[in-house]
Amino acid sequence: MTTAPNSTPATPSAGDSQWPLWEVFTQEAPGAAHQHAGSVHAVDAEQALQNARDVYARRREAISIWVVPSITICASTPEDVGPFFDPANDKAYRHPQFYKTPRGVRVF
Amino acid sequence: MTQTATPSAADTARESAFEAVIADGGYIEPKDWMPDRYRKQLVRMMSQHAHSEIVGMLPEGNWLTRAPSLRRKMTLLAKVQDEAGHGLYIYCGAETLGVDRHELVDQLHAGTAKYSSIFNYPTLSWADIGMIGWLVDGAAIVNQTMLAKASYGPYARAMIRICKEENFHKRQGYEICATLAGGTPAQRAMAQESLNRWWWPSLMMFGPSDKDSPNSAELMKWGVKRKSNDELRQRFVNLTIPQGQALGLTFPDPDLRYDEATDNWEFGEIDWDEFWSVVKGHGPCNEERLEARRAAHDNGAWVRAAAEAYAAKQRAARAAVAA
Repeated sequence: MTTAPNSTPATPSAGDSQWPLWEVFTQEAPGAAHQHAGSVHAVDAEQALQNARDVYARRREAISIWVVPSITICASTPEDVGPFFDPANDKAYRHPQFYKTPRGVRVF
Repeated sequence: MTQTATPSAADTARESAFEAVIADGGYIEPKDWMPDRYRKQLVRMMSQHAHSEIVGMLPEGNWLTRAPSLRRKMTLLAKVQDEAGHGLYIYCGAETLGVDRHELVDQLHAGTAKYSSIFNYPTLSWADIGMIGWLVDGAAIVNQTMLAKASYGPYARAMIRICKEENFHKRQGYEICATLAGGTPAQRAMAQESLNRWWWPSLMMFGPSDKDSPNSAELMKWGVKRKSNDELRQRFVNLTIPQGQALGLTFPDPDLRYDEATDNWEFGEIDWDEFWSVVKGHGPCNEERLEARRAAHDNGAWVRAAAEAYAAKQRAARAAVAA
């Protein structure tokens, strides 16, 4: 079974738990990217959205909110940062400054 | 040259990388390596801070039903709701250090975690709501503005969010104080009496004097705190005295005087016996506050159970449709 948009994370919330953790992303204005705001505990996606609104958007800080089960996020690790990003380190030719322009010519 | 005598080369390298980031004024993020002690100090400090926001709702909540006008009631409700939000921002930051919120909440309810002593004082009059906004939130702003530059990224980010909201708290409190101070003689007396009670506890909010603060040196070494308790306290006093004078109120400190040489308002000696007594649980409302938190948690158990039952039902319904 694939993950439905409304599904809850797999963590069992036994008894009087604080419920699964969701990461919250908010978009502040039209055209802006969604940015990480923080996290909330919630029993399901719908409640996570409501909690996120109450916690992270009490002053019109958001026009759109995403919530994502925290356990589904994969992240790079600090230990691997060197080798992981290494391919970008020696490719100065991906920047415009790498290229020479004849004197007196304005390319852009 | 035995293996036990020297820390592994990898450990030493990680530690110096960590120290270098701190020395450079940089940020430590949740997945970065950090000394155990740094993690422990942060969990302690952040959980105390989060608990303070949550317990801080109680003294103000005391006046919600008796606010003198609809405007005052509306704004106080919004402020108390903000405090809950602030608690949640910081719990969420603390959880990035590998603790669960319920562990921290359990510690609060068990009485093994601390929170700001200021909330162990009672709110006896409506003027106290004004004083809390003006003085208590005012002191919190001074402290939190510094913490917004803390070396632990999630803590600093939570503080930036909080600082943006605290100014509303302080303004609503100062407005209450200004209205009372400019009102009838009885209202003015109510404001003055309240200031007399809250002034010294507000100064105590910055914690023990630098020479008696067991955690300060370590927290400053690691850039969690960027200024000392005494520096922050002095900054608060310098900001607050002119605000009180503008209202025609007086401060209950015969030693208070302006020092032109240092540009500081010099103040008298804080009653440290009272401070330590309240910290150790003997303040006027310590037991009442914890009891209220425990009751809130226990009485909310059915809401949590209902929400889980509802979510389970929804899941089952979706599964049935999908089948």
